[in-house]
Amino acid sequence: MRIHLHAFWLSLAAATTFASPTISADLSITCRCVEGGVNSELAAWVKKSVIPGFTKMKGDGVKVTLTEFAGSDEQLTQQLALDFSTGAGPDVAGFDGFLIPSFVEGGLLKPLDELAGDAVTKWDGWSHITEGSKALMSYQGKAYGLSLGTDVRVIFVRADLLKEAGIDPASWQPKSWADLLDTARKLKAKKPDSFPLQINAGVPMGEATTMQGYWMALLGTGEEVTDDKGRYIVSSQGILDTLNLYKTVYVDEKLGDQRAQLLGDGRNRTFANFRDGKTALLLESDWFYRSVTASDSEFAVENRDEVMTWAKMPAKEPGKGIRGQDFVTISGGTGFVLNPNSDEKELAWELLAFMNSKEQLAEFQKYEPRIRIRDDVEIAEAPFLAETSQALLPLTTARPNDAKYNAVSAEVQRMTEAVVSGELSPEQAMSRYREAVIRIVGEENTVSLL
Amino acid sequence: MKSFSLLSRGTGVAFLAPAGLLIGAFVIAPFFWVIFVSFTNRSLLGRTAVDPDFVGLANYFSLFDAATFFTRGEFGSSLILTIEFVLLSAVVGQAALGMLLAWLLQSVPKSLKHLTETVAIGAWILPEVVIAFAWFAFLDYENGTLNMIMEALGFPPGDWLLSFPFWAIVVFNTWRGTAFSMMLFNSAFSSIPPSYFQAADVAGASSWQKFRDIGLPLIRGHVVTDLILITMWSFNVFTPFLLTSGGPSYRTEILPIYTYRIAFRDFDFGKGAAVGVVVMLINLVFALFYLWVMRRRAKGVAA
Repeated sequence: MRIHLHAFWLSLAAATTFASPTISADLSITCRCVEGGVNSELAAWVKKSVIPGFTKMKGDGVKVTLTEFAGSDEQLTQQLALDFSTGAGPDVAGFDGFLIPSFVEGGLLKPLDELAGDAVTKWDGWSHITEGSKALMSYQGKAYGLSLGTDVRVIFVRADLLKEAGIDPASWQPKSWADLLDTARKLKAKKPDSFPLQINAGVPMGEATTMQGYWMALLGTGEEVTDDKGRYIVSSQGILDTLNLYKTVYVDEKLGDQRAQLLGDGRNRTFANFRDGKTALLLESDWFYRSVTASDSEFAVENRDEVMTWAKMPAKEPGKGIRGQDFVTISGGTGFVLNPNSDEKELAWELLAFMNSKEQLAEFQKYEPRIRIRDDVEIAEAPFLAETSQALLPLTTARPNDAKYNAVSAEVQRMTEAVVSGELSPEQAMSRYREAVIRIVGEENTVSLL
Repeated sequence: MKSFSLLSRGTGVAFLAPAGLLIGAFVIAPFFWVIFVSFTNRSLLGRTAVDPDFVGLANYFSLFDAATFFTRGEFGSSLILTIEFVLLSAVVGQAALGMLLAWLLQSVPKSLKHLTETVAIGAWILPEVVIAFAWFAFLDYENGTLNMIMEALGFPPGDWLLSFPFWAIVVFNTWRGTAFSMMLFNSAFSSIPPSYFQAADVAGASSWQKFRDIGLPLIRGHVVTDLILITMWSFNVFTPFLLTSGGPSYRTEILPIYTYRIAFRDFDFGKGAAVGVVVMLINLVFALFYLWVMRRRAKGVAA
C-alpha cells in the first residue's frame, strides 16, 4: 500500500512537471567575479541582491545561478567566444564593451531588441541612460548589452613612500614623463630593491597592458592607435617614444618589476607590489580603487585612505598630449550581454533589465560605490570617484569601435613584451608590429607616420 | 584459402557499422574538415567568422615565409624549438636515462629495484595538471623548493622559469617520461637468458662490455619502438603549457602550444588548421616509419 502511494505521488509530481513546462525556467549568469576574490563586490551583489530579488519577483518557477569565473579576462573571452559559437554558455554574461564589434561581426551576439523584442524597446530604463553610456555596449547604433558604468585611468600613488623619499605627496603631480621618471629614480635610489613605477606591459596581462599601459603613454605623445580616418598607425614617433619609455623603465633602469610583466600571474604581482610598498606609482583604472584595494580584498592596502592617493598621467611634455592636452586618460566600459543562444531570451532580458533597475543599482552602490549609468541612481558618497571623474572625464578618450581592434591589441601586447623582455629594440618591435597589423587589417587600412 | 569466421559477413558488417559511423563522424570527417578550413581565412571573431574567403595556399605560405620563418613566435622558430625539445627531452633525456636506469636495475637488490620502479611509475601515472603544479611550486623564484635548497647550500637562487624556460620544460618532460623507457628496457633486459651474462662474467667482461655486446644488441628492436613512441609523444605534448604558457616571449612555444595560440587565442582558425595539417603530416611520417619497423620486426628481420 505504501509503495503504491509513493508511486502515486511520484507520477503525480512527474505529471505536473510535464504538464506545466513554462512555469519552471533556469537562468545562468557568468562573470569574472568571485566572492573573496576578483570583483568580489560584483559577485556578492548578484548573489545577495539580484538573484533573491529576481526569484522573488518571478516566483518559485525561476531559478537563477551565478557561475563565478576565476580565470583572467582573456580566458573568459575565450570561453564565451567558444560557448557562443557552439550554442552553449550562460544566458547573461559579463562582457568588456570593446569586444562587442568583433563578436557581432563574428555572428556571436545579437542586438537586445532582436532577442527580446518589444520588452526591450519599451523598457523605461532607457530614458535614464545617456547615449554615451549606451554606446559603451553598442555597435553601429544597436545595443548588445548594458554597461555597469565607465571608468578612467590614473596614477595611483603610495603617499607614505613618497614622504620617505622627501617628496610631498599632497602636491605631487608630474608635468611630463621626465618628472614621472625623476620621482621613480628618487624612490629607487632610496630603496634599491623596490620597483617604484608600474606601467603594464606584456602578453599575460592582456587588455590591461593595452589600456592601462600602452594607451596611457601613447596618448601622451599626441597619438592614438588609429588616426582620425580610422586607419591603424603602424609606425610613428609616438609608438617609438612609448616603447622607449618602457625600455627606460624595465630594461635600462629597472624602475619597474620586469618579471611581473612576463609571468603568467603578473598583474596580481603588480597589485601585491603596491600593497607591500614595493611599488609607489601604479597606472590602473579606477577599478583598482573600487575593487582591488577595497577593504575585504586580497590586495587591500592597510590604512588606505591615508597612504593611497592619485595623480593624473602627464603627456610626454606639457601640451604634447592628444588634442594638445597636458594630461591624458582613457575610458572603457564593462557590463553584461545576452547570449543569443539562450533558451529563455525574454526572461534573460527581464533579468538584465532587473539588474539595471534603479533599485538594484542603488543596492549595488552599497557593495561597490561608483558612478552608475542611470542618472536616477544616486552618486555614492566617495570623494575619490567624484574628484577623478570631475578631473578626468573631460580629458578622456575611448578605444576604436572596430571589429579588428581586439586582434591589433594583442599585437600591441606582443610588441611591449618584446621590448620589456629585452628581446627586441623598440625599432625592431615596431617593425614586427607593423607587419602583423598589416596582416590583420590589410595595408590600405594602415598608415605610417615616419 | 578458406578463412574461419564466427559470423556471416553481413552480420559482421552490421556489428561494425556503429563503430564505423562514429569513427567517420568524429575522426574522418574532422580530418577533411581541417584540411578544408586550412585553405580559408576562417576565424572565430570578426567578419571572416561568418563569411570566410577561400585563400588557397596563403596560410601555408605564411607558415613557410622565409622572411619571418626564424622569428621567435612564428611557425619555423616553433618547429625548430620542438625538434630541439624532442631531441633533448625524449631521445637524450627519456630514452638514454631510461636505458641507464634499466641497466643499473639489473644488478641491484630486488627491494631497491621495486622501490625505483614504484617511484618511476608514480611519476608516470599522476595526472598532468598535478605534476605541472608540483613543478611550478618546485621552480618558483620566491618560494620554490629548488631555490630553498640552492640557498641552503650557499648558491644564489635562480629564476628558472624566466631565465631558463626551455631547460625547465626539457627537464620536466624528461622527468615525466623516463619511467616508460625504463620499464620497457627493464622488461627487455629481463627477457635475455641469464646464462648469456653468466658466461660473460666467467670470461671477465666489464659491465660496459656486457651492455655493449650482449644487452644492447639483443634489445635493439625495443629501442627502436621506444624511440619512435616517445618521439611522437613528445612532439605532441601540451603539458609544458601548464608550466610556462609558451612564454616568456615564445621561448617555450613548442608546436602544440603554437597551434593552440593561433587557433584558440588569436581565433585564427584558418592558419591554425594549416599548422594542424602540417603537424598531421609530420606525425604521419613517424607513424609510417613505426609501421615499417614493426613489420620488419614481425618478419624477424630486426629483432
